Amino acid sequence: MSSVTYDHVVKRYTSDLTVVKDFNVEIKDKEFMVLVGPSGCGKSTALRMLAGLESISEGQIRIGDRVVNDVAAKDRDIAMVFQSYALYPHMSVYDNMAFPLQMQHMKKPDIDQRVKNASRILGLDNFLARKPRALSGGQRQRVALGRAIVRNPKVFLLDEPLSNLDAKLRGQTRIELQKLHRDLETTFIYVTHDQVEAMTMGDRIAIMNAGILQQVGTPGEIYDHPANLFVAGFIGSPTMNFVPATVENGSAKASGFSVKLPKSISATKGTLGFRPEAVTDRVTDEANSMQMKVDVVERLGSDQFLYGKVGGDAVTARVDPRMKVDPGDTVKLGLDTRTLHFFDAETELALI
Amino acid sequence: MDFSVLLSDVPTLLIVIVGVPAVLGAYIVGGEYLVRLLPDKSRPAVRPWIWVGPALVIVGVFLVYPVVGTAWRSLFDTSGDNFVGLSNYANQLAGFPNGNAWIALRNNIYWLVLFTLVVLFFGLLFAVLTDRVPYESPVKSLIFMPMAISFVALSVIWLFMYSYQQPGDPQTGTMNAILQVFHHDPVTWVEDANIATLALIAAGIWGFVGFAMVILSAALKGIPGDLLEAARVDGAGEMTIFRRVIFPLMMPTIVVVGTTLVIFALKAFDIVYVMTGGNFDSDVLANRMYKLAFVAFEPGLSSAVAIILVAAVVPVLIFNLRQFRAVEARR
Amino acid sequence: MTIASERIAVPAAERRFSPDWLGQVFSKGLLHVVVIGITLMWIVPTLGLLVSSFRSPSDIASSGWWTALSPPFKFTLDNYTGVLNTSNLGTSFFNSFMITIPATVIPVSIAAFAAYAFSWMKFWGRDFFFLALVGLLAVPLQATFIPILSLFVKFGLTPENVGFLGLWLAHTGYGLPFAIYLLANFFRSLPTDLFESAEIDGAGTLTVFFRIVLPLSVPAIASLVIFQFLWIWNDYLVALIYVGGTADFAPLTVTIANLVNSNGQGWELLTAAAFFSMIVPLIVFFSLQRFFVRGILAGSVKG
Repeated sequence: MSSVTYDHVVKRYTSDLTVVKDFNVEIKDKEFMVLVGPSGCGKSTALRMLAGLESISEGQIRIGDRVVNDVAAKDRDIAMVFQSYALYPHMSVYDNMAFPLQMQHMKKPDIDQRVKNASRILGLDNFLARKPRALSGGQRQRVALGRAIVRNPKVFLLDEPLSNLDAKLRGQTRIELQKLHRDLETTFIYVTHDQVEAMTMGDRIAIMNAGILQQVGTPGEIYDHPANLFVAGFIGSPTMNFVPATVENGSAKASGFSVKLPKSISATKGTLGFRPEAVTDRVTDEANSMQMKVDVVERLGSDQFLYGKVGGDAVTARVDPRMKVDPGDTVKLGLDTRTLHFFDAETELALI
Repeated sequence: MDFSVLLSDVPTLLIVIVGVPAVLGAYIVGGEYLVRLLPDKSRPAVRPWIWVGPALVIVGVFLVYPVVGTAWRSLFDTSGDNFVGLSNYANQLAGFPNGNAWIALRNNIYWLVLFTLVVLFFGLLFAVLTDRVPYESPVKSLIFMPMAISFVALSVIWLFMYSYQQPGDPQTGTMNAILQVFHHDPVTWVEDANIATLALIAAGIWGFVGFAMVILSAALKGIPGDLLEAARVDGAGEMTIFRRVIFPLMMPTIVVVGTTLVIFALKAFDIVYVMTGGNFDSDVLANRMYKLAFVAFEPGLSSAVAIILVAAVVPVLIFNLRQFRAVEARR
Repeated sequence: MTIASERIAVPAAERRFSPDWLGQVFSKGLLHVVVIGITLMWIVPTLGLLVSSFRSPSDIASSGWWTALSPPFKFTLDNYTGVLNTSNLGTSFFNSFMITIPATVIPVSIAAFAAYAFSWMKFWGRDFFFLALVGLLAVPLQATFIPILSLFVKFGLTPENVGFLGLWLAHTGYGLPFAIYLLANFFRSLPTDLFESAEIDGAGTLTVFFRIVLPLSVPAIASLVIFQFLWIWNDYLVALIYVGGTADFAPLTVTIANLVNSNGQGWELLTAAAFFSMIVPLIVFFSLQRFFVRGILAGSVKG
């Protein structure tokens, strides 16, 4: 069984520099968990503590039932794929993959079997004799994966493995990684700053900011029910609209429009949040409409986005691609209140 | 030639070439084995000392101990029994401006200033010029070649260049032959107190321009082409580009090369010793130190001169290293 | 990439004999003349000695070396045969090897281990010792001779007793700061995740050093070996101090310097001797330039 548990884990470098604060998450066996957040949020540090590359200041990390705080990296039964692949430049692909097994003093025939097996899964059979510098970026990444696979670890750790690939290759590799995960039936813990990767690949996502865990949930949960302002703004592209508003008699009043809140809340002011796809050219209820002065129109063929101002606030709307709008026009848009959010002014927690 | 020498030496060489790394390797492996007998936590604290041990010991014996020993010795008289404080230093630095140590000091300053500046100038000039010709590589090799030979060989080459024959006789030295072309009488370059030091410095310059050129050339090529193109599009002429873009960007490297040259100028020995022995007012501190120790048998005075040298070099070296780190950080 | 000035689209220059075109040709021509001129100037000193080494003593004393380049061509090998037979040169040649090779192998080996510890191990006083080590580059060797000589005498490490051992150790001591500095800089530039990956893979310190770091460091070590080799082969002062007194142990540099001092007139032997001493460095230099220059670039610190 290879579940992973972070139990009140803290990483502190000096008394003023705490990079990971009270991190609690339980990753299920065979799950694909994505740790996502902006640069410097502590996600890589959290991963490295699990790998054994960073010491743990407070708390416990468990793999299965085993506490691994003081266990050496090589004994934790994990494998890691680095952002820059960390291939040994002077060794062939075969030797790169065989190296960890040699360190375990495995017998030659067994090593050969495992390496050939991994090579087959990853399509590296024709490259076994080559050195890393003779490989493309995508191939190098597969070798890095191969080196992890041969170890049959309990947990795979991946630290931003796609960031060095070009856009097209990234898309392809995303799909391949998901297939790999299904085939290997092992726990994957994946760190990235890219919210698209997080949404598409993870069984569950853990979002971090400034060392603090913001929310853990399935992509759907995170998207539809963000726990706070940060999560709401981090996930989703284009970003959610945030409009300051005051609450009166069950309605939120913004500078350019007002809307009836679906449930009553105690706060009197805060931030109204709604995604671009909630603001459309279909006005179903006059009470929930707004006038936008359009600044920029983005036509993507399948979508059309309007960027402009409603009252004094910037708003993005997703409208029918066939709608005829030009910059400078004033259009009437309707707001779907079923997906409305409201965030408290001080705590930034989602009240709706 | 006696080939029996060869036969007895080759086995020794082979033993050393193979044996030394093997013994060291065995030492490290053995040390690692011992370290593994320790508990996990103490291993990282003990292990490094095994790896740096031999180096620290040797450096301690051959660099630290002697310098301290020399500094200590400089405070005693010739016999080594009587403490005389700083009088050795006073003795050497006395007689300004004609005292022997002052002549040596003066010459070191000539070296320091003339040698460094001229080498830098030509090094920079050649770096810029060779950059623009297709046969850059062989040219640089040829100009750099003097760095590969010993200073003794260099001294022989230049003693020959400075060869003197009586006026009226055909000249055998290249320099005097050139003088002849300009209808000037031949000159005893390295035996004339007025110009001996300059003649030596010229020889040194010949040796080191290649060094400066190679390093400055690398720095020159490190300037992004985009910058120069942008300057050209902005309308700057070549001289302006050099003055306001290239030269400032190369400044850190120029400083590193310059300070290295200064350190060499302060420690210069071989060229002076071989070409003039320090005579004809061409003496330098390092040569003086040697003579005091091994010719005049004055270890106290010699040590004082050595320490003066150390004191002169250390600040320059610290400066050099700081600049070097700055250059490296930019790469 | 050159910084040769290329005029941006100046059609006028394409017309032959136009003022612009002439200006360009002239300045380009001038450039070549200057560069070739400088190169020739730089070769002249060495060339002068080389030509003279093939001339008879009477020729050398009576006419400039350049006259030998026009007929009648009077060249002779006497100087070379003479110098090999009459002086100690043959022995000195072997002595140079006997000194240089061990004095290169020993410091490089010790430096490799120490540099690795300085780069990738944490220990008390690491930064202090490293800084002190590099600071020792400032020490003028002259400041070390007297104490070490007394030490050698006290422990019997004289040439008569132990041959070149004392000199090897001295060169090791003198060469370690630079060697460690060079190698440590290189080791530190190796990517961190390479070591982390090896750690996760279960590689111990020895495995990492011998199977990962050393193979990847071959260029740096090669540069160091070549740089150190030439430095010691060409060394004069240190050899003079520690073995210079004993003729049988003198390397080429010492023997030739003695020839200078003793030969008021004997130019012919000196020229041949000087060139004889230059053969090995020149071969090493021209064939392994790349490494040597890299060593120089890294070693622009070595005074």
